[in-house]
Amino acid sequence: MSPVKDRKPLYLMTPALAWLTAFMVVPCLLILALAFFRRGIYGGVEYVFTLENLAMVVDPLYARIFLKSAGIAGLAAGIAVVVGYAAAYAIAAMPRHRQPALLFFAVLPFWSNYLIRTYAWIVLLNREGLIVHLFRWFGYEGELPQMLYTETAVVIGLVYNYLPFVILACYAPLSRLNPEVAEASHDLGASQWTTFRRITLPMTVPGIAAGFVFVFVLSIGNFVTPALLGGGQFQMIGNLVYAQFLTANDWPFGAALSMALIAVMMVLLTAQTFASERASGQRGRDA
Amino acid sequence: MPERGKTRLMLAILAGVFAFLYVPISVLIALSFNAGGLPTAWTGFSVKWYGALFANRDIMHAALNTLIVAVVSTLLATILGTLLAVGVEIRRRKGRFLETIIFAPMIIPDIVLAIALLSFFSMLNVKMGLHTIIVSHVVFNLAFVCSVVRARLKTFDWSIVEASADLGASTATTLRRVVLPVLMPAVIAGALLAFTLSVDEFIIAFFTAGAGRSSITLPMQIFAMIRFGVTPEINALATLVMLFSVIALALSQRLNRGGLPGQ
Repeated sequence: MSPVKDRKPLYLMTPALAWLTAFMVVPCLLILALAFFRRGIYGGVEYVFTLENLAMVVDPLYARIFLKSAGIAGLAAGIAVVVGYAAAYAIAAMPRHRQPALLFFAVLPFWSNYLIRTYAWIVLLNREGLIVHLFRWFGYEGELPQMLYTETAVVIGLVYNYLPFVILACYAPLSRLNPEVAEASHDLGASQWTTFRRITLPMTVPGIAAGFVFVFVLSIGNFVTPALLGGGQFQMIGNLVYAQFLTANDWPFGAALSMALIAVMMVLLTAQTFASERASGQRGRDA
Repeated sequence: MPERGKTRLMLAILAGVFAFLYVPISVLIALSFNAGGLPTAWTGFSVKWYGALFANRDIMHAALNTLIVAVVSTLLATILGTLLAVGVEIRRRKGRFLETIIFAPMIIPDIVLAIALLSFFSMLNVKMGLHTIIVSHVVFNLAFVCSVVRARLKTFDWSIVEASADLGASTATTLRRVVLPVLMPAVIAGALLAFTLSVDEFIIAFFTAGAGRSSITLPMQIFAMIRFGVTPEINALATLVMLFSVIALALSQRLNRGGLPGQ
């Protein structure tokens, strides 16, 4: 072993770890602690222990917002996974030398500004927007339903913003599939659909799980998309947290809400790890 | 399903998905060059909305703030993140706790980190402004730089470090003269990534900027403008911001692929 490798490299890691401790770990612990304190009369924090904030999270009024957010996030994640998987499957079915470029262009929009990608849908969906004009142009004169500032608009926005990641996540296991396995299945008389359902799909579960969890987690805590495409028509958890800190001034409740958010996220990430490990375990047994 | 039919179906799926991904952005870009500025009718090609953009003081002020935040936070994050990456990869035994802390800034929901930092700064009575945005951006930026550099270190040949030590170089010299030059493409790629993330970041900046307009960043300005509806000026601004991100990403990708021979 070299002297460099032997030495404890603490001095290399210390500055960054100190930074992360001071500006991530401590603030997050602070939020954790805040959730157990009482809200002051004038909006500050009173240092009296209480479980009221956590109780409020499960209060029907707020639990409903939580469920609603979960519903929207689940719908967005479900659609994104179906569309993203189909796209990844199609990319993986193209000639090998074309795949990197296709993947690059599928992911490229992901790298442009989130606000701008959301704004693009305002341009398309608003009352004087492109879609309305297209309908008029084709001669449709009737009243069109409101498109912007609806739940549908929020779901479209979320799917649009996170789809590239799902494509990336699903492509990884799909591109690693050994084509001989599918051929063997075919030779043994399985139809294409059976092969897909019994071979391809189970072997690509890790990608699907990663994509679903990613979209769900980012959607349930999102406050930009509901604010812009939902137009304040309904609240999601992200907007509720935002309001506690910037308008309602109930920090302890806001802290409790974000703790709940983190709890949901951790459960999902654990489930995802479990699903991936099970899938790879299955592969190990089959081999 | 016959092979031909399958290929056709795959192509149809790709066409549909790429249309979904690119039509909204393309409409935005096209409208930014529309003289009339309305989505209703094309009234001729014009760059006047770009001119209006540069004459808008609020936007220029916000752009300058964003530049300051991005440059300073990128510099800090690149130094901290690179050192961290080297430190972690030199260790042979990897702690799960350490991995969690390094990974956390990348997966923690923006809104949670944003309110955590807001509470933290206000409890310490820190006056918020550009400096608090910078401090906050370094948190996630250093994690991204670290992960890019670590990816390169996975294929790093540590025997050249041993060779350097055998020839009598001190640890610091070895790091500076042997490790860093090999890592440089990854370090720059990481820095570019951090810069782009910082320029685009909205939520954390929004919460840690403090009151008043003085430390407003470009995404904050865009958010405020978007809430009031569609204007040709935003279209022009959006086009420029997207162009910037795409160029930075392409550069970062290119750098990250070159580098070590035989990769």
